[in-house]
Amino acid sequence: MPFDVAITLRRGKLRLDYAFRTEKGGLTALFGPSGAGKTSLLDAIAGLARPSEGHIMVEDTVLFDKARRIDLKPEQRRCGYVFQDLRLFPHKSVRDNLLYGWHLAPPDRRWMDLDTALGFLGIGHLLDRRPATLSGGEAQRVAIGRALLSGPRFLLMDEPLASVDAERREEILTVIERIRDELALPILYVSHDRAEVDRLASRVIAI
Amino acid sequence: MTALTPEEWQVLVLSLKVSGVAMAAALPLAFVLAWVLARWRFPGKVLLDALVHLPLVLPPVVTGWLLLIAFGTNGPLGRFLAEWLGLTFIFRWTGAALAAAVMALPLMVRAMRLSIEAVDRRLESAARTLGAGRWRTFASVTLPLAMPGVLAGLVLGLARSIGEFGATITFASNIPGETQTLPLAIYSALQMPGSEWQVTRLAVLSILVSVVALMASEWLARRSGQGSAHHAL
Repeated sequence: MPFDVAITLRRGKLRLDYAFRTEKGGLTALFGPSGAGKTSLLDAIAGLARPSEGHIMVEDTVLFDKARRIDLKPEQRRCGYVFQDLRLFPHKSVRDNLLYGWHLAPPDRRWMDLDTALGFLGIGHLLDRRPATLSGGEAQRVAIGRALLSGPRFLLMDEPLASVDAERREEILTVIERIRDELALPILYVSHDRAEVDRLASRVIAI
Repeated sequence: MTALTPEEWQVLVLSLKVSGVAMAAALPLAFVLAWVLARWRFPGKVLLDALVHLPLVLPPVVTGWLLLIAFGTNGPLGRFLAEWLGLTFIFRWTGAALAAAVMALPLMVRAMRLSIEAVDRRLESAARTLGAGRWRTFASVTLPLAMPGVLAGLVLGLARSIGEFGATITFASNIPGETQTLPLAIYSALQMPGSEWQVTRLAVLSILVSVVALMASEWLARRSGQGSAHHAL
């Protein structure tokens, strides 16, 4: 089973409960208004936030299980996290950003090389640029490429169209559709936009 | 300016040795302190912060006197270091280096702390999800991003240590060839009548040392790639 999540997150006095399972294949959208805790959920799956209860399994690997005292570190979870705020490394070139996770992954876990990623995302001409000089759409594609090249077993995408202007939306949407259709990678996709979700998602989970 | 006399060489070499050793000792300590103050939360943090800043606000003579009490032959730290490491400070160049390091420390910690606090921790979490452990994240993301502040701290500390006078003369005394650094040599020369030329030569030497140190730090900053990165941003 791609995603099997049942957790409780606490933010101060606020208590957030999440529980869902997904079938194999396609893209699962987490849909809900801003402030519903969608990003918190992705952070918990990535290992950047610790749930107070519950378990997180992805592709039958336990990432977190309170009862069994399992809590893998973020670097052990092999998740490709495309952050809403991108988080490209400002002191590294686009090439070094893309290859950051690729270099860290053991060779047998890499399933994409740089050239394939460049062709896939159409960012070959940006390699020597710094992230600060990229447009929103370019930076978004680099962020997606960096996640794919790290050899992840699943993708977490947090509002990937948020920092993209209207003309570039179609471009990014096409890229995401290709990832969904060609890469056999479980994807959790956070959005608050109904049209986006209707177009991309194989199933929708309301948060 | 004619070539240096043997006495002037001695002063110059000693000054560089004292400042160099002071920086080598203070740099890692300053970074650790800056890190702890920037990232950790613990009871007594205010106290540690105040302690680190003390040499900045105290009259240097008082700092020298405190060092005398702590690191003197009968001081608690002085006795411990003499017995276990064979390190003595009083009337020795090591004492001058210690005084310079202590006086430089607060300036270094301040600059480094600010730059560590300015590092976006969300970039560190991004590195973690990409497979980097804590150390790798530190070495490849945090440290390079904090590097301008580390270098700025080093320059400030170096300038402070080269110019150190009050704590040094109080703690390590003014012994030619042992603890008489440039500022102390200038002070001694000033005490002698008819030594204006000697004072001038030493002052020019001191200016040269500072300029070279400044240029070296500029070169270092460029080489680390941070200079260009910052202009790009």
